[in-house]
Amino acid sequence: MKHTTIVVALILTVATTAACGKKKVATGPQPPPIPRPDAPAAVTPNPPAPQRVEDTAPVQPRIADDSILNKSLDDLNRDSPLKPVFFQLDSAELDDAGRAIASDNAAVLKKYTTWGITIEGHCDERGTAEYNLALGERRAVAVKTYLSSLGISPDRIRTVSYGKEFPFDMGHTEEAWARNRRGHFVITSK
Amino acid sequence: MTWRIAPFALAVAGLLAAPILTAAARQAQQPSEISTVISSDSAGTPPRYAVPDFVALTPDAADIAKTIGQVLWDDLNFEREFYMIPRDTYGSVPQARTPEQVPFAAWRELGADGVVFGTVQRTGNDLRIQVRLFSVRSRQSVFAKEYAGTANNPRLYAHTISDEIHDQQRGLKGVARTKLAFVSDRNGVALGGTVENRQVKEIYIADYDGANQRRVTVSRQLNITPSWSPDARALAYTTYRPNPDIFISMIYQGVLQNPTKSVGTNYLPVFSPDGKQIAFMSGRDGNPEIYVMNVDGSNLRRLTNHPAEDGSPTWSPSGSQIAFTSGRTGKPQIYIMNAADGSGLQRVTVNESEADRPTWSPAPFNQIAFAARTGPGYDIKLLEVSTGKIDRLTNGEGSNESPAFAPGGRHLAFSSTRGGRTQIYTIGRDGRGLRQITREGNNQMPAWSN
Repeated sequence: MKHTTIVVALILTVATTAACGKKKVATGPQPPPIPRPDAPAAVTPNPPAPQRVEDTAPVQPRIADDSILNKSLDDLNRDSPLKPVFFQLDSAELDDAGRAIASDNAAVLKKYTTWGITIEGHCDERGTAEYNLALGERRAVAVKTYLSSLGISPDRIRTVSYGKEFPFDMGHTEEAWARNRRGHFVITSK
Repeated sequence: MTWRIAPFALAVAGLLAAPILTAAARQAQQPSEISTVISSDSAGTPPRYAVPDFVALTPDAADIAKTIGQVLWDDLNFEREFYMIPRDTYGSVPQARTPEQVPFAAWRELGADGVVFGTVQRTGNDLRIQVRLFSVRSRQSVFAKEYAGTANNPRLYAHTISDEIHDQQRGLKGVARTKLAFVSDRNGVALGGTVENRQVKEIYIADYDGANQRRVTVSRQLNITPSWSPDARALAYTTYRPNPDIFISMIYQGVLQNPTKSVGTNYLPVFSPDGKQIAFMSGRDGNPEIYVMNVDGSNLRRLTNHPAEDGSPTWSPSGSQIAFTSGRTGKPQIYIMNAADGSGLQRVTVNESEADRPTWSPAPFNQIAFAARTGPGYDIKLLEVSTGKIDRLTNGEGSNESPAFAPGGRHLAFSSTRGGRTQIYTIGRDGRGLRQITREGNNQMPAWSN
């Protein structure tokens, strides 16, 4: 508490000093505006508009390109610029939403031409463990094929199927299953 | 393994009225020796056996003598060839210290047709075990063996005795010395990397009854889908390093082989019945298909070619055909093709909404066990290949997956969520005799050794 008090006192002192300094620089109060001839003269002038208080909270900067280059692979993948592509039940076809996400990812990969990635195929828990290995493989390959069609070299892309071994959402609901049917992008080299 | 079990013919002359049986003697058996087989009083019912504790000839063998008696009773009970008289009803029968003291009248009163008498002598870490199977009616020994070895795993003596009794009394190859391999997350080790909730899975083995569970992979990766070599000396499995690939572990030599050499993605290896080839699923050509290679990776050939997923191969008993799962109709169904070139394709499940993870029985049966969708989960079903007849083995308790036949085809192992977590169970081919094998962590994908 003692420390806090001292800090607050210091801040106040600084603020006062700053205000004093400002006054010295300022040219004094502005003269009242000259009334325009066509304005109704009898009306009491409105009070000045309330001064706008600027929100000084720091804004989270968008990830700048150079900051991506400086990130470690772990950090990159933790908040990845490559988003997962989701699939319908029992399907390894990319739908419109999936193609849009894959296209965005392709754009990122075209920007960072040195990146190598692994596409992980994942499934929800409803099929058997063994069948999901095959389905996950098809999902991963489907994403790779689409990226290739957009001009990303297949040499940069590895695929792996994890079947239902590594669910992202441990729940047993439709929402959890939908989250777990995915082609998940991992940046493996840069 | 430091096992050294040497069955010896009993050298105790004059003790036994029945012929002393050795392997050579059994081969030479003539129909006239049928009298050495214990039968029941009433035709059509199995003979009733009693297995009391073995007798400790040295004080430090007491625990082992008790263990061998109990495990032998369990082993004999498992095959269901004999009616095993419960051990907690033996209280009225006086304990014999020598073969001459076996109280046949008391055993007869309990309804026993056969009774086992065994002794355990311990010298340091060495054991000498004698066992006899008496016919209660004739009061004669019909089976007599002596075993010598270490005291490291007393259960193995019981398993050996059980297998030999089944062989001699029933002409049956017992499974008491077989092992189960399975996948477990019991270590609770998280995989490295940025995605949470990724647990390491390792391959474990256990005796067929769940005893002596131990880990055989130590890669701290995802290790799944184990498959035994026919000689039970090696396991092939899928390992992620991080590329999914096939490894063969010679588990008693500590040798690891990688026949697929990281070419493409490789999963779900299964040894052919002669142990010379491995069928597996690979995405190496851009889609999951079935391939076959020699165990050293040579002579690779592709058997399927379809844009749908083809996976989970399993060999027919003769090795001439392969059954597998395909999603080519939109839902997984089971198909059969020739192992040589993929010709002769036919769909064999027609009335199931989903049929997956086939495993072909060993001879003399010709059945395919599989996981059938029966609701939110799966049940194990048996398909008679020649007739198409289907039997259901489990009944909707939890989800039941990954069936694996015991050698001889009389039992199966499978995974089930019936108790909450996923565990390994064994069951008779008639759906009776359910046993839970694992209890720690989640355990899945069992494989049963020869």
